[in-house]
Amino acid sequence: MSDLNKDINMAEAPEGHSGAGFFATSFEKVIGLARANSLWPLPFATSCCGIEFMATMGATYDISRFGSERPSFSPRQADILLVMGTIAKKMGPVVKQVYEQMAEPRWVVAVGACATSGGIFDSYSVLQGIDRVVPVDVYVPGCPPRPEQILDGLMRVQDLAKNESLRRRNSPEYQALLASYNIK
Amino acid sequence: MATDNKTADTDQLQEFRDNRDLKLQDKKNENLTTLNLGPTHPATHGIFQNILQMDGEVIMDAVPTIGYIHRAFEKIAERRPFYQITPLTDRMNYCSSPINNMGYHMTVEKLLGIEIPKRAQYIRVIMMELARISDHLICNSILGVDSGAFTGFLYVMQEREHIYDIYEEVCGARLTTNMGRIGGMERDLSPKALHLIGEFLKRFPKVWAEFEKMLTRNRIFIDRTVGVGAITAERALSYGFTGPNLRATGVDYDVRVMNPYSSYGDFEFEIPVGAKGDTYDRYLVRNEEVWQSLKIIEQAYKNLPEGSYHADAPHYYLPPKQEVYTSMEALIYHFKIVMGEIDAPKGEVYHSVEGGNGELGFYLVSDGGRTPYRLHFRRPCFIYYQAYTEMIVGGQLADAILTLSSLNVIAGELDA
Amino acid sequence: MELTNENVLGKLIAQFGEENIFDAYDPDGIMTLTTTRENIIALIQYLYDDKDLQVQFLTTMAGIHFPDHKGRELCMMYQLHSLRHNYRLRIKVFVPAEDPVLPTLTNIYAAANWMEREAYDFYGFIFTGHPNLIRILNIEEMEYHPMLKQYPLEDQTREDKIDTYFGR
Repeated sequence: MSDLNKDINMAEAPEGHSGAGFFATSFEKVIGLARANSLWPLPFATSCCGIEFMATMGATYDISRFGSERPSFSPRQADILLVMGTIAKKMGPVVKQVYEQMAEPRWVVAVGACATSGGIFDSYSVLQGIDRVVPVDVYVPGCPPRPEQILDGLMRVQDLAKNESLRRRNSPEYQALLASYNIK
Repeated sequence: MATDNKTADTDQLQEFRDNRDLKLQDKKNENLTTLNLGPTHPATHGIFQNILQMDGEVIMDAVPTIGYIHRAFEKIAERRPFYQITPLTDRMNYCSSPINNMGYHMTVEKLLGIEIPKRAQYIRVIMMELARISDHLICNSILGVDSGAFTGFLYVMQEREHIYDIYEEVCGARLTTNMGRIGGMERDLSPKALHLIGEFLKRFPKVWAEFEKMLTRNRIFIDRTVGVGAITAERALSYGFTGPNLRATGVDYDVRVMNPYSSYGDFEFEIPVGAKGDTYDRYLVRNEEVWQSLKIIEQAYKNLPEGSYHADAPHYYLPPKQEVYTSMEALIYHFKIVMGEIDAPKGEVYHSVEGGNGELGFYLVSDGGRTPYRLHFRRPCFIYYQAYTEMIVGGQLADAILTLSSLNVIAGELDA
Repeated sequence: MELTNENVLGKLIAQFGEENIFDAYDPDGIMTLTTTRENIIALIQYLYDDKDLQVQFLTTMAGIHFPDHKGRELCMMYQLHSLRHNYRLRIKVFVPAEDPVLPTLTNIYAAANWMEREAYDFYGFIFTGHPNLIRILNIEEMEYHPMLKQYPLEDQTREDKIDTYFGR
């Protein structure tokens, strides 16, 4: 048996000053740390990539290791919108509505070629990338991406969450970004 | 026969159901609630929308809307050379993509009139049956999840990874396999692939037996599924049901036996049939089919003939890379095939294979050009999903979810 | 009775006459014949009811567009299967593009409902008597029938596809 304590990976403490009995750091970093290690994904699975997400949730790849133990099927409680699979034009408004229902801070991951750019389906009925309806933070390439790639996409969101300024969501740039997508 | 082990209280449940249906008739005029189920709903696997008229927990009417993932396969297929259509078929029923790939390849081979060597046919059979197992495995384990048993899902998901390992060894991809070529396979089964298949054959029966033990005689599972979402054989045939869903109603139609392709005639296997066409029967039929698929793989694996893994059809089958570098002729063929400059003969063919969900047909019209003039996919999901309304009306909302999972409707195949 | 292409064709011609069953050929082992829209329902009903044939399964329906065939641009293909005899056959009906009207098959096969809606969506076939003939896969607001050959495949609103990327 291996040593259980050695196999468990602990989240590293943020930068700060420590002394006897105290540890001082900025609020931003603590909140970032907490957010990054407890991201609840909303699996918006439409097609093939959703099947790979099933594998990612399964025992072999185990997305829970990254703090995403609980897939949140309600947009109100979700932190990341994982859009997996082709989004047809008929589906576009639904994606937007789900995004609008999510609370800040929210991140969007476009998993797979279809969600990123329409993929091989350059046709009249397919939305050519979800960034036409909602702002996207991380793109995961692949058709479909391997579970490792989906995990990597999640880790990139963790980086974003860790380093994001608490005020970013109030900034005029962010408001302008949402306004450009017509999202209030 | 998969249905002998039914309990006597099936009839009691039926009686209960009949009584409830009678009560429903009286209630028809009272106020109903409208409930929008989907297109994104955690309990529906894929994107289907149903607008339900509910009387309490009971569904009185349902209006399905589909097309949320319409990708225009048939239009794209008219603009792509024959080789570039295989990746499209992957994305139709993505739970069992090798069946789609090979079904399409066999259709084109039929148009071109290519004879496939035995070895290639047997390799295809092994791959197709593995795909069928992975398809049924998802369907039945998800059915468990929907009735509250998550364990089985996690357990068999691991086994699916082993199937994906085999795919990876054979073609390099896990899910959208793009496996094989027009004229056979793109490479022979490697020793490692053979080893992995052998290991799978040894290990999987134990896992599947355990999975069956957990669900088949589980009191809660039986209560949730017996008599739920039933359909008669007549209605099922009228609705164009095929595959396990039709066989659960008691009709033994299986393309592998009716119109054998790819040497299916060489193998000995049985077609399990159900009796009542309800969710439990569909579960049992799929379960039994997994055992039959294992039996077929075992036979094909043991009797794998020697010989070439592809047909001798240089016009359509990519030459080996080594020859492309050394021989002029091979280079020309390689260029023409890769650039899609191969003309197919004029003709019209229909070929169907037994897909994970039923008769997966390809109707190909060629006008002698480089792309199909028309390629129509007979997608079993699209055809039988229209019966869903009829199957859930009169039942409860929770049962409707189980019915949907047991039908194994795959959104990609439904909307094409 | 063993069903072969010859005896089935003979039977159908005897019933419906040479002028209504024509252009029969066998491209891939499945007999393909053409009839007129006036006779299509009667023909399929006859195949369904006849004791020797028992063609009682609708495998698929597919539209085809031949823009060059003047006066018979649109083709509807019905593929039927007799599960009892394991016998398949294919029936085609040609209609002009300006008048793509066919009678509905939903009274015989429930499966025809969505297949006909799909054919309406893709090609603009109008099925008289269909209970609910609306688009099925595309959005309701769509103004054309995308599978017709004159319409392009690609999304026409893309700006990021510049010719230089494709060496054009």
